[in-house]
Amino acid sequence: MSLLIEGVLLYGEGEPVDVLVVDGQIAEIGADVTAPEGAEVVDGAGKVLLPGFVDLHTHLREPGREYAEDIESGSAAAALGGYTAVFAMANTDPVADGVVVTDHVWHRGQQVGLVDVHPVGAVTVGLKGKQLTEMGLMAAGAGKVRMFSDDGLCVDDPLIMRRALEYASGLGVLIAQHAEEPRLTVGAVAHEGSNAARLGLTGWPRSAEESIVARDAILARDAGARVHICHASTAGTVELLRWAKEQGISITAEVTPHHLLLDDTVLESYDGRNRVTPPLREASDAIALRQALADGVIDCVATDHAPHADHEKACEFAVARPGMLGLQTALSVVVETMVRPGLLSWRDVARVMSEAPAAIVGLPDQGRPLEVGEPANLVLVDPDASWTVTGADLASRSDNTPFESMTLPATVILTTLRGKVTARDGRSPATGETAP
Amino acid sequence: MTRHLLSAADLSRDEATAILDDADRFSTALVGREVKKLPTLRGRTVITMFYENSTRTRVSFEVAGKWMSADVVNVSSSGSSVAKGESLRDTALTLRAAGADALIIRHPASGAAQRLAEWTAEPNGSGPSVVNAGDGTHEHPTQALLDALTIRQRLGSVEGKRVVIVGDVLHSRVARSNVQLLSTLGAEVVLVAPPTLLPTGVATWPVTVSHDLDAELPGADAVLMLRVQAERMNGGFFPSAREYSVLYGLSEKRASKLADHAVVLHPGPMLRGMEIASSVADSTQSAVLQQVSNGVHVRMAVLFHLLVGAGTAEVNA
Repeated sequence: MSLLIEGVLLYGEGEPVDVLVVDGQIAEIGADVTAPEGAEVVDGAGKVLLPGFVDLHTHLREPGREYAEDIESGSAAAALGGYTAVFAMANTDPVADGVVVTDHVWHRGQQVGLVDVHPVGAVTVGLKGKQLTEMGLMAAGAGKVRMFSDDGLCVDDPLIMRRALEYASGLGVLIAQHAEEPRLTVGAVAHEGSNAARLGLTGWPRSAEESIVARDAILARDAGARVHICHASTAGTVELLRWAKEQGISITAEVTPHHLLLDDTVLESYDGRNRVTPPLREASDAIALRQALADGVIDCVATDHAPHADHEKACEFAVARPGMLGLQTALSVVVETMVRPGLLSWRDVARVMSEAPAAIVGLPDQGRPLEVGEPANLVLVDPDASWTVTGADLASRSDNTPFESMTLPATVILTTLRGKVTARDGRSPATGETAP
Repeated sequence: MTRHLLSAADLSRDEATAILDDADRFSTALVGREVKKLPTLRGRTVITMFYENSTRTRVSFEVAGKWMSADVVNVSSSGSSVAKGESLRDTALTLRAAGADALIIRHPASGAAQRLAEWTAEPNGSGPSVVNAGDGTHEHPTQALLDALTIRQRLGSVEGKRVVIVGDVLHSRVARSNVQLLSTLGAEVVLVAPPTLLPTGVATWPVTVSHDLDAELPGADAVLMLRVQAERMNGGFFPSAREYSVLYGLSEKRASKLADHAVVLHPGPMLRGMEIASSVADSTQSAVLQQVSNGVHVRMAVLFHLLVGAGTAEVNA
């Protein structure tokens, strides 16, 4: 099985080259590579080739809420978005707090075969924040769990968090924190600021996030452990991350596409699709987050892809479930907010969407250089195309995109997982799902 | 104004004034009538949807509709399919299909009225008029209209008057609608509350903020006391009901600092003794019962404007 991508720009740089993929690996890169007999040939003229994207933060809803998403539909969305590896959060039903569930998620992802679905294990049993899970058994299972998070909920008890960080460091696994001091967010549904005040929505202060980020940075310092901050959303978090990194603390952070592009002025419609955790902040926060991603203070982009069914969103704002689709729109939002304004080059996009997230969780076969002998986990991007987002056309079971009807730049032409085509021109071959 | 009344911000100065004028006309038209019935809305169906307890708002909308000969149907969250778990959208579409010309909604979620208006709009833009009768901690525009009417009746006008709003601004839809409407009508608004009962972001509102009620009373033309809910009293937002009463209650002694012409308002239900002394609530300065009467007339005027239309302000008696 071989594939030849002709005349493509690696990382959007230099002269066009041909890239030959044979048996799941990059076999040859050069000016005039001859296609072997039977090779599929893809025209790469004017396109950008990048390592396949890695998403540290998705919710694929299986097991438990398959009406909103399952591993098959979520995998198709991932492949169509240019991803070759995604991490599926533990807040399923049952919770992924033991090896039976984490191994199921891994095996089901491999069975679907569109993207490597890496299970995230819960930090505490049942996400209840009381008792550590069997992290070692999950890490040793077929799913090789590398990251643990109670995402959706914060590990707010400082002693439990300290023990989790210490214990995880012995296993070489990562603790990812959903930073939200729960006593500061009782009933909160929107960023605490002038918009929420006017709209009568209970406010979620920045301090709820920043106080946990500061605490966990200090806990990680003293434990000599690593900590990863999920979906950083405030300018203050950026300052804390900068401080912690300057101290030499092993802290990493992700930012979502929606926090890069949107702010709380969209809440005026009371449309439940704009409810998300942490909430959309102010324009000044979005600007700080973009700069932090450009500077490397924030390490990577993660989608927090969170499908919800229509009936869970078409309701009162405070009743709507928090979360937004993200897998198929992430690249376009990053191009819109970071590449177009000159904050990131295409090589930087490879860093924040592939190399850095792969390094944070230690995936050996993802985020690799575009070189001969490397695994052919690739995404081919048309940087000049644009498309209009329509939730109903996305591969997810749900259509809760906050970018509905927005026209965004850049499309994914081709995604390959170990040389196998998993998305081509907006179609995912395994499922026949279509998308722009 | 569109065909809905969702926020006091929907009203221009002229529109608000026209509603207040019509409310006065309805009041006059009904004076001394043995049979309080105008044919204005005959054949129209007005459905009230109350998802929270209410006495005066629900009753005044119902009375307003009936005095104008509308068919008024009341739906409450208990005793309807809401209790069986029906979504607000489905309930709204059901009531539209049942022939509602106007939907009056009181709901605990901010934004519920606005969403209802969107869900019930037909593709061609028609559909029932929606009136927000209080949505969560967002707005209660007809309360602001009746407060403005009361102030206008007592003081001659709203413009240039200094209105002091006292109490739980953070959770108050009455405060939000009053800030909007009173500013539109040219009043000067002062909010008096402890910092814990003021929203973050209040600095962007067209008001001045104070924590000292005694200092604000002598210059006030009107004082609007807000309700404090029992669950917020002990330790959450302020230390105790006793301390609240001492610092922010309108006692007889404190009320004596008011100018003679100043009017005292309260949207009700009042917590006598804590928010307001009984002697103050029942004094001639108090307009509490006038507010209730005005509530009926204002709601008649609002239904009239939404269902019959402004510019036809001839009250059909």
